[in-house]
Amino acid sequence: MAELTYRDAVAAGIAQEMARDERVVFLGEDIAAAGGVFKATVGLLDKFGPMRVRDTPISEQAILGAAMGAAMTGLRPIAEIMFSDFLAVCWDIVANEIAKSRYMTNGQVQMPLVIRTANGAGSRFGAQHSQSVENWAMMIPGIKVVAPAFPADVKGLIAAAVRDDDPVLIFEQKSLYPMKGEVPDGEYVDELGKARVLRRGKDCTIVALALMVHRALAAAEILEKEHGISCTVVDVRSLVPLDTATILAEVALTGRLVTVEENPRLCGWGAEIASIIADECFWELDGPIIRITTPHIPLPSADQLEDNTIPSVERIVREIREKID
Amino acid sequence: MKSKKTAVAEDDIGRDIRLELFRMQLELRLCEKRAFDLFLQNMIKGTSHLSLGQEAIAAAFGVAMRPDDYTFCTYRGHAHTLARGASMSGVLGELMGRECGLLGGKGGSMHLTDVSKGAMGSYAIIGAHLPVAAGAAWSAQYRGTEQVSVCFFGDGTTNIGAFHEALNFAVIWKLPVIFVCENNLYMEYTPIHTVTAVEHPAADRASAYNLEKIVVDGNDADAVYRTATKYIDRARKGGGPALIECMTYRHSGHSRADPAKYRPEGELEKWLERDPIKIYRERLLGLGIVDATLKDIEDEVNQQVNEATEIAKASPPPSLDGIHQHVWADGGASWRN
Repeated sequence: MAELTYRDAVAAGIAQEMARDERVVFLGEDIAAAGGVFKATVGLLDKFGPMRVRDTPISEQAILGAAMGAAMTGLRPIAEIMFSDFLAVCWDIVANEIAKSRYMTNGQVQMPLVIRTANGAGSRFGAQHSQSVENWAMMIPGIKVVAPAFPADVKGLIAAAVRDDDPVLIFEQKSLYPMKGEVPDGEYVDELGKARVLRRGKDCTIVALALMVHRALAAAEILEKEHGISCTVVDVRSLVPLDTATILAEVALTGRLVTVEENPRLCGWGAEIASIIADECFWELDGPIIRITTPHIPLPSADQLEDNTIPSVERIVREIREKID
Repeated sequence: MKSKKTAVAEDDIGRDIRLELFRMQLELRLCEKRAFDLFLQNMIKGTSHLSLGQEAIAAAFGVAMRPDDYTFCTYRGHAHTLARGASMSGVLGELMGRECGLLGGKGGSMHLTDVSKGAMGSYAIIGAHLPVAAGAAWSAQYRGTEQVSVCFFGDGTTNIGAFHEALNFAVIWKLPVIFVCENNLYMEYTPIHTVTAVEHPAADRASAYNLEKIVVDGNDADAVYRTATKYIDRARKGGGPALIECMTYRHSGHSRADPAKYRPEGELEKWLERDPIKIYRERLLGLGIVDATLKDIEDEVNQQVNEATEIAKASPPPSLDGIHQHVWADGGASWRN
């Protein structure tokens, strides 16, 4: 085990797969010579050369279109969209083309590609560079969606995504890039579609994703130590495929579900999980489902405003105390 | 004086290719006409966009391309898909929603694809496939296969962002991709010149991407074939992309729903005089190919279309199992455990 930052784990995951398979190529804005605006891809150009690690113009439709064309014809490209907000300018390629081509052609078209993007708040970038848009992707049949919370998961899920024969969208939470964690040495491949139970309690099950996993864990500590409420925390990790088996089992054990989402309120991923629990686990519930989300507003940028918009540790503690005590 | 027969033999295109071009145009024409008839009989549902009048372009490129080259086309893509050798019963079957359809009934008229023939898809969102075609060219370049990617689109596509992104991208990476604009004078129902800043919607933009301005008579299969061959060959040898604007005309409306009443009186009649198949037939006769040879081809293609129609009509509707197949590479549609 080595200690790596979340951002170094990105480069480590990509490097592992590029070294293994020559069909893996990597393209995006400022990803090669500059090593990425978040410095998450430093060293890849030197290691693999300019034919495999390529800077592109600011042309998101061209980036994802090119990745798609390459994936259809024998390569396994990784494309970076610098900020997940920019997916809106190439959403046609994601939602209409990449996601649907295999189905519409009755299985003729292959689409083994990975899109990595920096998602989420915490960096004071305002409403067009801080959104959490993993729920946009979750709604589209034909794309797999993962959002790692820890450096080890970054490396392992990138590797799993590259090896998967379906298109995978990886949402990296940008304020986690400096975070350090243990990452397995040598070849490390995780599995798509698996949630992880990070701690077990008896009073409620908190289901969270990416940055919210860390806040849920911190809230669970406070709730246990200061208020005698013990919480299970589940890191969803993968929205599509969704590990409903783990989530259903963990909710059944405590009888309460709390989702903690960075998404704005309407149609955040937690709503889908709440719906599944209501459908399939209703008689195991001891009380209403609690959804803790960003309010249904665009994100403001100033420190105090952003901090008071996305779910904070304090707010998670408060809402759970109010509704579960 | 040389005989006409010798002239054909010595010509840069030659008799065999010319007969192939004639046959191909005829296949596209008669299959499209059959599709139109099947609409009228209510055997084809949904929408459909015919290439009647524009066949010379798809046919000439189809003949000029190598079997392993890639075609990317639009929702007006029956002709381009057939021109790569996709089966006629597969095309008609897909239009009719039958099991024998190229896509098993899951795509329909606007998404015809036959990957086994290099027909990499028909794209129904304007402009979307230009960057995708560039990506296939990038893949060919990276793999060193000398394959060329050919991307067909209409004049209306030149005003959408993806057109400009793809051109710039293809040029800076020197990709083996040929962008072919079929300028049929109308973007859907609106004359293209009324909504475009330049006279030639594609060719006049070429200089912005350091490309040559190329305008071709898209109703002359020989002219298109010569241009296609030249630029495909150049791209194959590493010479980079080209943007070719082919001037042509749609004999019918934009889609099944459009009677094309917005066209000025006499315009269609003028273009019918320049019907690509009519002028090509006359040219072949002028070059000394005997009428009986052309009639034989016409009979064969007629029979081919009739047989394909019968196969498609006899094919059952697709199995309902297909609804939940091929969302994912494992063949299924599951999003949860």
